[in-house]
Amino acid sequence: MADTPLSHPLGAASAAPADEAPLYVPRKQIYPQAVKGRFRTIKWILLAVTLGIYYFLPFIRWDRGPNAPDQAILVDLANGRFYFFFIEIWPQEVYYITGLLVLASLALFLMNAVAGRIWCGYLCPQTVWTDLFYAVERWIEGDRRERMRNDRQKLTLQTAARKSLKHFVWLMIAWWTGGAWVLYFADAPTLVYELATLQAPLLAYTWIGILTFTTYTLAGWMREQVCTYMCPWPRIQAALTDEYALNVTYRYDRGEPRGSMKKNEALKLQGLPAGDCIDCNQCVNVCPTGVDIRKGLQLDCIQCGLCIDACNSVMTKIGRPEGLIAYDTDMNVKARMEGRPEVRRIVRPRTLFYAGIIAVVGSIMVTSLALRQNIYLSVMHDRNPLFVRLSDGSIRNGFTIRVANKHLDERRYVLTVEGLADAKIDIVGGELDQQGRAIVTVGPDQTLEARVLVTDTSYPTSASTDLHFVLTDLSNGDKASTSDHFKAPER
Amino acid sequence: MAHETHEQVDAVTGVTTTGHTWDDIQELNNPLPRWWLWTFYLTIVWAVLYAIAYPAIPLVSSYTKGFLGWHSREAVVADLNALKQQRSGMTAKLAASSLDEIKQSPELFAFARAQGKAAFGDNCAPCHGAGGAGAKGYPNLNDDDWLWGGSLAQVEQTIRFGARSTSDQGHSGTMPAFGRDGMLKREELSHVADYVLSLSGLPIGKSADLKAGAKVYADNCAACHGDKGQGMQELGAPNLTDKIWLFGSDKATIMEGLHNGRGGVMPAWHGRLDDTTIKALTLYVHSLGGDQRP
Repeated sequence: MADTPLSHPLGAASAAPADEAPLYVPRKQIYPQAVKGRFRTIKWILLAVTLGIYYFLPFIRWDRGPNAPDQAILVDLANGRFYFFFIEIWPQEVYYITGLLVLASLALFLMNAVAGRIWCGYLCPQTVWTDLFYAVERWIEGDRRERMRNDRQKLTLQTAARKSLKHFVWLMIAWWTGGAWVLYFADAPTLVYELATLQAPLLAYTWIGILTFTTYTLAGWMREQVCTYMCPWPRIQAALTDEYALNVTYRYDRGEPRGSMKKNEALKLQGLPAGDCIDCNQCVNVCPTGVDIRKGLQLDCIQCGLCIDACNSVMTKIGRPEGLIAYDTDMNVKARMEGRPEVRRIVRPRTLFYAGIIAVVGSIMVTSLALRQNIYLSVMHDRNPLFVRLSDGSIRNGFTIRVANKHLDERRYVLTVEGLADAKIDIVGGELDQQGRAIVTVGPDQTLEARVLVTDTSYPTSASTDLHFVLTDLSNGDKASTSDHFKAPER
Repeated sequence: MAHETHEQVDAVTGVTTTGHTWDDIQELNNPLPRWWLWTFYLTIVWAVLYAIAYPAIPLVSSYTKGFLGWHSREAVVADLNALKQQRSGMTAKLAASSLDEIKQSPELFAFARAQGKAAFGDNCAPCHGAGGAGAKGYPNLNDDDWLWGGSLAQVEQTIRFGARSTSDQGHSGTMPAFGRDGMLKREELSHVADYVLSLSGLPIGKSADLKAGAKVYADNCAACHGDKGQGMQELGAPNLTDKIWLFGSDKATIMEGLHNGRGGVMPAWHGRLDDTTIKALTLYVHSLGGDQRP
């Protein structure tokens, strides 16, 4: 390749009929082989844990008392509530979700800075479900060689039956995936009963249908194409990584020159260089994305570590040390070749920076969650008119207030204004008690909108006076307050 | 890779090129997967089917209707009907309850105010302003001064039948054109204007003859505006002693009213709006200022 002359581009354009090259390539079917080893075991465990969480979490109960659902995790779209164990999120608190997403992406960056595409290889739903679908495929259609042979031959009745069975099992898993999804949006046991007795709302069946379709297509048919062509993360990841990040690496310093065992033994006897790689291709055979890790770091590689397992078992068999493919860095491979010391640095500015932001964002979220009040007041000044002159010459301002009661029982609140000496308060949609205080009563886990009229009986001197609204819970004295202005004509 | 082909190979990546070069930048040939191509064809098929199924192609005076018969106007009507259906329970309650009953029920009151606000924006805002702030000649609905009364029942009456409207049940009563119709002379108008200004403590000129003004007032104005200028809601005669002036409180404006008369029209909404909408409007307008006094 190196001796290919780089011809002049203009010459190339005129001379090369490269337009005849196909613009689209047929997909190369991948038949990953079964493998055993440390990383495979880790992947099995993570698969069981993540899928277990996904499928069974909606059934966990969490007692919140009356007036609230008892499902630990529930997205209640109809009532605009999100329940997560002891946390209840209202729509206006959606910034917690934003915070979680920020944390998630930072965690992804940190993972990437430490050891590359850990997310892709072990935790991504696409990887987990594809792994499960491959397991089903192997279980029904046999391992790599058998599947390749059956696909090459003319379709036999037995192969057709096995393929049908495989697709049936895939569809069942996909259907269960969609089924579990909708359980997060309604009371799970009730919905399961309704689904089984065909009484569930059409929307539930529709969503199950959509997720069955996407799961079956993405994990059964698209597989590694999703990672290579559809997912943006490999591209972003490549821009975020650095030379210290651990990656699944073929140690070519030790492996090259590769050759058959016999040939390399002979070379060694002659005192010539010979590597440990016996070119058995096991690393390629087990790869779920069909790459050759020996070509180095590449976009298609999801770094699941299965080639490490495959290579290690071969190395053990031929009596060589493990770790010809391992989590390592290209920088260290080069260092070893040049006799320099290896550099391994997990604690470095990049990881410290990510960990620092995670700590900051995390503590902001925890603090705001801990200090969050169950009482909430917002006030909006009338825009038109800004003020009204009454018949006796006093000035009145209208406000729309919204009071949120996040308690699970009905609460009564008293609303007071501070900042005006002779303020009189009136409330439309509330009541006035004997002392003339404005009282609002808000039902459990609800909000109430009311109109508040504030009248200054002494003619105000300033065109705008700071006004504070204070809402006090009559049962426990909790306060919420917010500021606004009292507007009056210029004097 | 240096075999005998016509293909150009990029030396850095080992990828063939398409042969296209712009400013010495070569286009590498990294082909997309074939399913991508099929997806592209599928979108074309989709577009054709869509054009057949839905309204799509404009013709000279019409357009292709599409065999599904979907129509955007009908879709809107269907949505509106669905909305009405959804609200029918509350609307029925609103229709069955009296104004006072609605005001006592927080749920109904909130519903009526929300509906009234929308109806106000559609029907009333052109004259009374988006927040009911009014304008010169169009009353501010946020204050406590009501020409025809500010109780729930009075507000409803005014909305339903209007003032000086085409409805014979509407409020009548106009301010006569004392000057134009020759009932009063110009200096009499000036005297009574000064007197009216003095009723609410507004500054008057030094040359004002309040005694003459009071006499003109007693003879011509007191029948409607009251002995003390306190007004009369039955006739829509405004209170002349308060701080609220529909047209303005300077002498020229008052003179203008005396000379030409006043008679702003509030249309009758009965028959144009249904009963529940009028109820909702009443409660909304009443909630702006209503009969509350400071």
